[in-house]
Amino acid sequence: MTALAEGVAGAGSVEPPAPVRPVRRRGGWRVAVLVVLGLYFAIPLAASTWFTVRDRGAGGFTAEHYAGIPGAEGFAAAFGRSLALGALTVGLALLLMVPTIVLVELRLPRLRTTVELLTLMPLVVPPIALVVGVRSVLAWAPEHFYGTPVAEAMFALQEPALPWILVLVYVVLALPFVYRALDAGVRGADLRTLTEAARNLGASWPRVLVSVVLPVLRTSVLNASFLAFALVLGEYTVAAILGFETFPTWIVRISGSQPQLSVAVSVLSLVVTWGLLLLISALDRRRRIEETS
Amino acid sequence: MTTVPTTTSHGPTGAAAADLRSRPGTPVRLEGLTRRYGPVVALDGLDLEIAGGELLALLGPSGCGKTTALRAIAGFDRPDSGRVLLDDRDITGVPASKRDMGMVFQAYSLFPNLTVAENVAFGLRVRRRARSERAGRAAELLELVGLADRGKRYPHQLSGGQQQRVALARALAVAPQVLLLDEPLSALDAQVRVQLREEIRRIQLELGITTVFVTHDQAEALSVADRVGVMRAGRLEQVASPDELYERPATAFVAEFVGTMNRVPAILTGGAVELLGTRRPVTGATPAGGPVVALVRPESLVVAADPAGRGRVVTRTFSGASTRVLVALPDGVEVRIDVASADSQLLTPGAPVGVTPADRPVLVAPAEPA
Ligand SMILES: Nc1ncnc2c1ncn2[C@@H]1O[C@H](COP(=O)(O)OP(=O)(O)O)[C@@H](O)[C@H]1O
Ligand SMILES: [Mg+2]
Repeated sequence: MTALAEGVAGAGSVEPPAPVRPVRRRGGWRVAVLVVLGLYFAIPLAASTWFTVRDRGAGGFTAEHYAGIPGAEGFAAAFGRSLALGALTVGLALLLMVPTIVLVELRLPRLRTTVELLTLMPLVVPPIALVVGVRSVLAWAPEHFYGTPVAEAMFALQEPALPWILVLVYVVLALPFVYRALDAGVRGADLRTLTEAARNLGASWPRVLVSVVLPVLRTSVLNASFLAFALVLGEYTVAAILGFETFPTWIVRISGSQPQLSVAVSVLSLVVTWGLLLLISALDRRRRIEETS
Repeated sequence: MTTVPTTTSHGPTGAAAADLRSRPGTPVRLEGLTRRYGPVVALDGLDLEIAGGELLALLGPSGCGKTTALRAIAGFDRPDSGRVLLDDRDITGVPASKRDMGMVFQAYSLFPNLTVAENVAFGLRVRRRARSERAGRAAELLELVGLADRGKRYPHQLSGGQQQRVALARALAVAPQVLLLDEPLSALDAQVRVQLREEIRRIQLELGITTVFVTHDQAEALSVADRVGVMRAGRLEQVASPDELYERPATAFVAEFVGTMNRVPAILTGGAVELLGTRRPVTGATPAGGPVVALVRPESLVVAADPAGRGRVVTRTFSGASTRVLVALPDGVEVRIDVASADSQLLTPGAPVGVTPADRPVLVAPAEPA
């Protein structure tokens, strides 16, 4: 609208176009917003980094805290567990949501609002409430069902090496993000026509899902996976309350005795997550460029 | 319509050639198809017989149930009642993926992640044909639709018209028994539309494939179809050849939907109609006597410059050999009349003219309470 107004004004003016002021002001705003945002993120990050590389004893800088990460007590187990939890959460959430969203889009469009509201619930219900409920059930069920497979299952879910109960909770927590990411992809593509075209050409439903729907939703599946994965890597409350050691709870545990190491790990994980995000978008862009050239 | 005698049908034609040149077209029959969406009756007991190898156009205004009928044939939608028969076999319950029908959609429907050639070969890949056969077949079909050099492109690199050509090639690649086209040209601009519809007809004749072509454009339907079925509110009003539909529309709805039609008030008495001061015999369904509306084609009216005439020329539109003249008659009636351009010199806007109906029977409809 502003551009149009300027264009119209420019067309009417006799003198050489000189509408510099509004342009510069808009550009100025843009820069200001970027600077504020940048500072908001950069200051804590820079402070953290400074904290981890400053050598307190000798003065100057040291990489000692970063070098110490791999060998730190408990790091490998906790980090590995979080990666596994992340992968399982992503897999389960996609397995649950992709068919659901496709089904809603193609067959049950009237359920769309219901599904949308349902997936919003985890944002409304605080994680603390969710986890207290889960803990009560975990405490109550084995006793109540003592000696039955239900009790066995309850124990299996709480195996400290790989607590599946966390996967289940994380899937719920990730639903809003996964749903929204996938929904954006579904809305951007004419899935109905594409699936009907495939059906018409003789494709079975599983075939349609694998050969047509997934490739079309590729970008949004990647986005959904990234969001869910990042959520798991950073989740503290649930893991701590249920008493499992994951990457975030490990960081908190060692922060008392080794503050610089714990911050170094945080900075590093931030960089890694960020790198992963760049990698995903780069991969996606390369695919697109390949298709265009 | 044409049935090949069984004694000669075991021809020596090779598999590949027989594949593309198709078997004698398969007939399709719809019996009492009904489909409701809540209170909306999309199909209201539709009966239709499509002969083998015929191109039948389903013509009708938006929302009259054309797509619903086509989707019932394709198997995307289950009718509430009625049957779909393919070659006298009831296929009403057969899923879409097993119907052996090719469909081209109104919306662009190419798979965006596959190349043009891969799109065309999709149906063959699903059928687990060998890679070499798929490639050969895709090339053959792209040649058929005039896009032999675009196989390696991606859909978004093609124009709308090219995408629909590829969609046609893809639908035909599996040598389906029936071709279904749901307004395949409606998203294209006028010139491409005319060109592509002629090409669809050429290919359809070449393959001899039974085809249902859905459109809301009467010019499109009349120009490509063997027969045209005019639909209205989920039912067929008339199924006839294009010229019969134009010359002898069975109902006022058909008459007005197909071609241009003038509505002129007239008086009906004793099987003849008093129209523009002249008596003409009546054809088709006849309402009760009294005031009626006569339906008259632009070429069935005669206009002549006449200082005493009661009409006035409003506009004159030149279109090559013929010129269309819009004439205002008394009582606010306007009529469109086609005259040979050579005879239209005196028919300038404002000129007084006389209008008479040509000497042929007239179709009438009940007068509207105006
Ligand atoms: N999936 C649907 N849900 C509800 N109503 C529908 C659906 N599909 C079609 N209709 C209705 O059925 C009628 C016929 O639709 P359609 O066959 O698409 O018409 P056409 O293709 O002739 O324009 C319309 O009134 C339309 O609104
Ligand atoms: Mg339609």
